[in-house]
Amino acid sequence: MASESIAIGRLDAPARQIGEILHDWVTTVDHKKLGLLYIMYAILFLVIGGIEATIMRIQLIVPHNNFVSPQVFNEMFTMHGTTMIFFVAMPIVFGFGNYFVPLMIGARDMAFPRLNAFSFWISAFGGLLLYFSFVGGNGLYGAGNAPDVGWFAYAPLTAKAFSLGHSTDFWTLGLLVSGIGSIGTATNLIATVLCLRCPGMTLGKMPLFAWMNLVMAGLVLLAVSPLTAAQVMLSLDRYLGAHFFDTQAGGSAVLWMHFFWIFGHPEVYVLVIPAFAFVSEIIPVFSRKPIFGYPIMVGATVSIGFLSFLVWAHHMFTVGMNSYANSFFAISTMLVGVPTGIKIFNWIATMWGGKIRFGTPMLFCIAFLLQFLIAGLTGIMLSVAPFDWQLGNSYFVVAHFHYVIVGGILFGLFGAFYYWFPKMSGRMYNDALSKWHFWLFLIGFHLTFDFMHIPGLLGMPRRIYTYEPGRGWDVWNLIVTIGVFFQGAGILIFVGNLLWSSLKGKFAGNDPWDAWTLEWSTASPPPEYNFATLPTVNSRRPLWDIKHPEDPD
Amino acid sequence: MSSTSLPSPSAEMQWVLPSRGRVGMFCLIAAETAIFTIFVIAYIFYLGKSVSGPTPKDVLELPIFASICLLSSSLTIHMAVKSLRNAKVGAFGLWWLLTLVLGGIFLGETGREWYHLIYDKGLTISTNLFGTTYYSLVGLHAFHVTVGLLMISVAMLLTVFGKVKPEHHERADVFSLYWHFVDSIWIVVFTVVYIIGR
Repeated sequence: MASESIAIGRLDAPARQIGEILHDWVTTVDHKKLGLLYIMYAILFLVIGGIEATIMRIQLIVPHNNFVSPQVFNEMFTMHGTTMIFFVAMPIVFGFGNYFVPLMIGARDMAFPRLNAFSFWISAFGGLLLYFSFVGGNGLYGAGNAPDVGWFAYAPLTAKAFSLGHSTDFWTLGLLVSGIGSIGTATNLIATVLCLRCPGMTLGKMPLFAWMNLVMAGLVLLAVSPLTAAQVMLSLDRYLGAHFFDTQAGGSAVLWMHFFWIFGHPEVYVLVIPAFAFVSEIIPVFSRKPIFGYPIMVGATVSIGFLSFLVWAHHMFTVGMNSYANSFFAISTMLVGVPTGIKIFNWIATMWGGKIRFGTPMLFCIAFLLQFLIAGLTGIMLSVAPFDWQLGNSYFVVAHFHYVIVGGILFGLFGAFYYWFPKMSGRMYNDALSKWHFWLFLIGFHLTFDFMHIPGLLGMPRRIYTYEPGRGWDVWNLIVTIGVFFQGAGILIFVGNLLWSSLKGKFAGNDPWDAWTLEWSTASPPPEYNFATLPTVNSRRPLWDIKHPEDPD
Repeated sequence: MSSTSLPSPSAEMQWVLPSRGRVGMFCLIAAETAIFTIFVIAYIFYLGKSVSGPTPKDVLELPIFASICLLSSSLTIHMAVKSLRNAKVGAFGLWWLLTLVLGGIFLGETGREWYHLIYDKGLTISTNLFGTTYYSLVGLHAFHVTVGLLMISVAMLLTVFGKVKPEHHERADVFSLYWHFVDSIWIVVFTVVYIIGR
């Protein structure tokens, strides 16, 4: 077979110099290498953002703690939020999209390989720019260093008068620059899916993974651009004395909120739709059944994408909008629950009656289902405007969106890591360590984020650097912080497992899961050209057809 | 199954997919539209909210000539692409040059308008909300015109040195989509700034 001779050719190749390998990675335009670069870059920032979260939780473990100063605490929550959204979650989903969309649709690369490299490097540069603020943010004023305005950077905190030095500028420029990379990658994903599908793969036969990446990329184009525009306005305010968000000159602080959240809410779906994509590939393979309700899944994804642009002001109920706006955004937010609920039923129906294999990818997907459901339910609670007036900006909200992002998106991502690790590295992960990762992280997640709802209900606001004893918040904060160490231990095992297994793990073979999509038909890791001959497909499960010629889809 | 071979495409099968250049450009246009939308919303939201003068009525004049030039350039670039598709490289060069000149006139007229506003009327980006929103919206558009003109100039140089061949017509066509977009945005900007806002 062609793929086997390729593997042998690789083993015979002489060992290369480190400089040569480095040069190869820096100058690569190969979608798989860029995908891995995205993923490795995101894991690095995941550890950094995790350390920032840990610092915050240590500060809050007991009342009147002096672990860090209020100034540093503000910097930590700003950098934690910004890092996790822009430099962990987005690059990681782009990494998986980059790596697997071309493989799944039977293409040899992305539509624009050089644009792909440009997008990665400019996004990476954006992250460096943000973190350079720790060194360069002082400016000439000696005021602060890292940005401390919160991840949504409400005006007028970002005005020159309240944010001296360059810290806010590093935040603005870092996001602006990485936004350009995001738009480049989204363009690339859309063009790849629409223009490079292998013969026979009509839109209706495309794996759900490709469909959901297509919708995600569309959301990126329309959602990240408003943020870019708002960042340009903020820069004009700060550098040229414009008055967009300057209330002294008639400008509006609320306008920034609208501009930020018209980005900020679709952004949640930019991140969660790829998680849906992972789950929609893993659950069928591990239940030994095709996905239930494929067309409905596509329709639900598109309608979630559409609805996500109509709900942004539910982040602003406490700002004081009129009752029409409140009603509109409350109802549109509740509507999101409909297509999302359909998806959850479809995944359960896929598992129903299947021969379920409880491998680690599947464990993460099952946890995803339960946790994402709870996250959605607290979301419905918060969509009720009067309820939100009570709990807006409290730890209940923090617990809600971490349930979405950690309990939903991150669990989906971990499932994806274990599912595709054999394909990306050619080797199996260590199964015992992966189970330790799962259980430690699951316990830690629930200790932290289940109990975080309670101080929120008891009135603890977010972003406070300390609190008075005797308000009934103490024990909950203690439990929440203890959970963080379980999660940290899980993450360390995860990173260690990836590093060790990619060097020493057992060889995985082309298709360790007996799966059905095209990426499993080529070598692990795939050769640079992916497919020796471009495949032709006749159904949604091309590998099923080949393995079961007597019973094709 | 250690290795799976997949059947290769049969020769008679018709498998036509959209051009990646056009799809890519439409994606860029979608993203740019979102950016312009935000700036237009800011412009409309801040109409009449300036706490000091001057107001649009005091200082703005309709840029009729510049608008005619810019909108005509959409026609000339269309003719240029059509010529190249029909393998008439000479005609392509002429239409392309005309596009460059018309776009250049538009940019020059914008520059003149800004000079007049800054030095004669004392309106800068920091004067009031009108100045802030006016210079940023019109400036964002002018920035896109500038980028377009730079790209047209590069292609013009390549044409002069004889590097442009009829088989490049698809690239010219993809670029012309961008140029048409810049022109249609001007219709929106013109309507918002010079008609509704004045």
